[in-house]
Amino acid sequence: MSWLGGNLVTIVDGVAFGVLLFTIAVGLSLVFGIMDVLNLAHGALYLVGAYLAVRFVGDGPATFGAFLAAGLAAVAVGAAAGAGLAVMTRPLATRGHLDQALLTLGVALVVDDLLSARFGNDVQSVPPPAFLAGSVSIAGREYPSYRLAVIVAGLALAVLVYLLVERSRVGALVRATVADAAMVRAMGVDTGRLVVAVFAFGVVLACLGGVLGAPVLGAYPGLDERVLILGLVVVVVGGLGSVPGAFLGAMVIGQVEVLGVSLLPQYASFLVFGTMAVVLLLRPEGILGRAGGVRGTAGVVPRRMGKPG
Amino acid sequence: MSTATEARAAAARPALARVAAGAALVLAALVPLLVSGNVADMLTRVLAFALLAIGLDLLTGVAGLPSLGQAAPFGVGAYAAALLGKHVTTVGPVQLVAAALAGAALAAAVGWLLVRSRGTYFLMLTLAVGEIVHELADRWEGVTGGSNGLAGVPAITLYPGGPPVRLAGVLYWYVLAAVLVCAGALWVVARSAFGRTLRGVRDNEERMRSLGYRTFVPKYAVFCLAGAAAGAAGSLWVAQARFVSPADLGFEVSALALLAVVIGGRGSLWGAALGAAVVVLVREELSPQLGGRGPLVLGLVFVAAVYLLPRGFAGTRLRRSNRS
Amino acid sequence: MTALLEIHGLTRRYGSLVALDGVSLSVTAGARHAVIGPNGAGKSTLFGLVTGSLRPSAGRVVFDGRDVTGRPDHARARAGMGKTFQHSSLFTSLPVVDNVALATQRAAGLGMAMLRPAGRHAAVREQAMGQLERVGLAGRAAAPAAALSHGERRQLEVALALAGSPRLLLLDEPTAGMSAADSARFAELIESLGAGVTVLIIEHDLDVVFRLATRVTVLHLGRVLADGTPDQVRADETVQRAYLGDAALDDLFFEEGR
Repeated sequence: MSWLGGNLVTIVDGVAFGVLLFTIAVGLSLVFGIMDVLNLAHGALYLVGAYLAVRFVGDGPATFGAFLAAGLAAVAVGAAAGAGLAVMTRPLATRGHLDQALLTLGVALVVDDLLSARFGNDVQSVPPPAFLAGSVSIAGREYPSYRLAVIVAGLALAVLVYLLVERSRVGALVRATVADAAMVRAMGVDTGRLVVAVFAFGVVLACLGGVLGAPVLGAYPGLDERVLILGLVVVVVGGLGSVPGAFLGAMVIGQVEVLGVSLLPQYASFLVFGTMAVVLLLRPEGILGRAGGVRGTAGVVPRRMGKPG
Repeated sequence: MSTATEARAAAARPALARVAAGAALVLAALVPLLVSGNVADMLTRVLAFALLAIGLDLLTGVAGLPSLGQAAPFGVGAYAAALLGKHVTTVGPVQLVAAALAGAALAAAVGWLLVRSRGTYFLMLTLAVGEIVHELADRWEGVTGGSNGLAGVPAITLYPGGPPVRLAGVLYWYVLAAVLVCAGALWVVARSAFGRTLRGVRDNEERMRSLGYRTFVPKYAVFCLAGAAAGAAGSLWVAQARFVSPADLGFEVSALALLAVVIGGRGSLWGAALGAAVVVLVREELSPQLGGRGPLVLGLVFVAAVYLLPRGFAGTRLRRSNRS
Repeated sequence: MTALLEIHGLTRRYGSLVALDGVSLSVTAGARHAVIGPNGAGKSTLFGLVTGSLRPSAGRVVFDGRDVTGRPDHARARAGMGKTFQHSSLFTSLPVVDNVALATQRAAGLGMAMLRPAGRHAAVREQAMGQLERVGLAGRAAAPAAALSHGERRQLEVALALAGSPRLLLLDEPTAGMSAADSARFAELIESLGAGVTVLIIEHDLDVVFRLATRVTVLHLGRVLADGTPDQVRADETVQRAYLGDAALDDLFFEEGR
């Protein structure tokens, strides 16, 4: 119990990190679920959000207004980028999902380099909003206020996304398209526009995540890769096309990563990979994924991992 | 065109290809006599990277397993060669074999799990593995030197007790020979019955199973082969650079290798070598002239290649003259 | 008259939907056994369960005296089951002869041979060409599989299924989309197979069924409705009702001029 207490701050860190991972993972998962497209530019767009925070907040003053501006910019940029990516990948739909993924990879390289050219290669840090700059004392321990704020904001976001996807009409259409796009089209719904909307939505979340996470993770070239990979691991662990899955996976991986780095820095990578490997062995579709694969087409999730063949 | 002319043209194509290949080999062999040391160094790097790309082409282009994680066995091979060079032996061929085995071992360790998944899912997993190995290299300071990498790797020797190779031209010839041997082996595999099996798995895995193939086995085998090729390429890279760091294991390396394959034409093997040359040249020669914006250009080339070159340079035209 | 394939109480559920409910049937060695039934009867499910692409919720599949219920599809193929796919499932980037060679090289145990060039295995190529001649595609051997017409693709499908010298040939609606001439040619091919190959065929085209079949099983709503010789099934009233309600089915079940 005392170990737990001693590491409670780290655990809180892990939850905050998990929340940030969620903002990335949910967009990745939804886009992949609805289009079978692996958006490899997702991490780069998170980084765009982080650099937006750098641009608007900079060294200070870290006013709430500056963060709000960054957030609004993130929504605008994210929506445009997401819609743009959806449009760019559409002509490749007949050529297969690998080509679409490669396209997003090319976009990621371009975005990366543009950011590098504009902001340089150093690590940029962003101070948290002034009123959240300190720490809060709970049960005798100090917790950075901003981390707690991130958790609150992230949970609110998670609830919002959940309601949107699971409880709204649009969300129902999205889930239906994930399950059977042809059927939805037969119902007269323009799945093309739906796809663009989902893509835009997912990317907006990533950008917002970048703004939110800037005081925590900073902004530097290479952050996008780290965040993309972890986002992918979260999606694998939590399950494709599932919002609760993305949340659960994010919480798990967030904890594993942060605790791992804190307690066993040399083995942190093993822990994350190990978690993913365990999930793949026991439940290949992810903890909350749909058994039998998302689309049922060859090329997504293996049905059985136990027997080779 | 009359049918007789068509038939003659069709028969001429393989002969033409052979002449072209022969000419390319002669030219490649003459390089050290024609260019400066710096250029020879760069071409050496092109060769090493080409081997990485060819191995990836076998995995992705021929077998249809798209990987963004080939930097992992590449880096493992590079580190293995560097560590051997610093502590055990400087004999180049020994480092080469050890590096190939190291790359194959990594592939074997993760492959049995990864290869059960398909398409984009497999791509995601290779990405994850690649990054995890990258982080490992970054953090395991005791062995890999951490983020600083391993510097001061001694020059290789060509045989036990031999003189260290310090001339860029001689090193180039060694790397050229090594790449020809390794790539040659991959080429033999690609045109064998096993190669046909791989193409079958790529085109229609379910159909292969209905014909009685345990598709896990060829997929696992090619994954390990590609790992060995990547590891070998890593040792050749280190032989030239005499330095290895986590950056050599990074996602960018995997992405560039895949770009080389995409540009060159998936499945032709030699096209991947051509693509590798383009990638290295843009990065090293063009990039400084573009104010360091090499990655931007490569990204744009990537986007263009995906749109415009569904089969890359190698294309379908040449493929029609294929042998059964 | 030994049974090559036996199915005992085969059931497949999808949640609360029961696609196949306790189906049992027996396919004699050398028989031409057809499975027919209206849409939604469970024919495709049955096919998938027998070939191994689907796992049963209950029941057993016994092939050549051995229980293969738990065995994966590739193992059943090795045991002697050859199948065609309802929608042509070919290797589109490869030439036609390579498609068949994939089957013959596996049967020759050369699937993992890494050294010799593929073309050098003379026996593999000869057998592949032989199979193509059998189905009438020898002239298209070098053509890319993607360039074949629909009828030719169906022929290649059959060639692929036969190339492994199966004991049991499983055909999933093989004449779907075929012209009358192609269907007739297909029927001739099946007739020419001889007693060494047992055939289980899912079919909609009743002309083909009643020309070829030595035994017919009728499925309806996931259950066996009737099982017997073609004549017995034709005369069965419950079958007639299942297909077209209560309307008389003379013209469906009886050839013109009878």
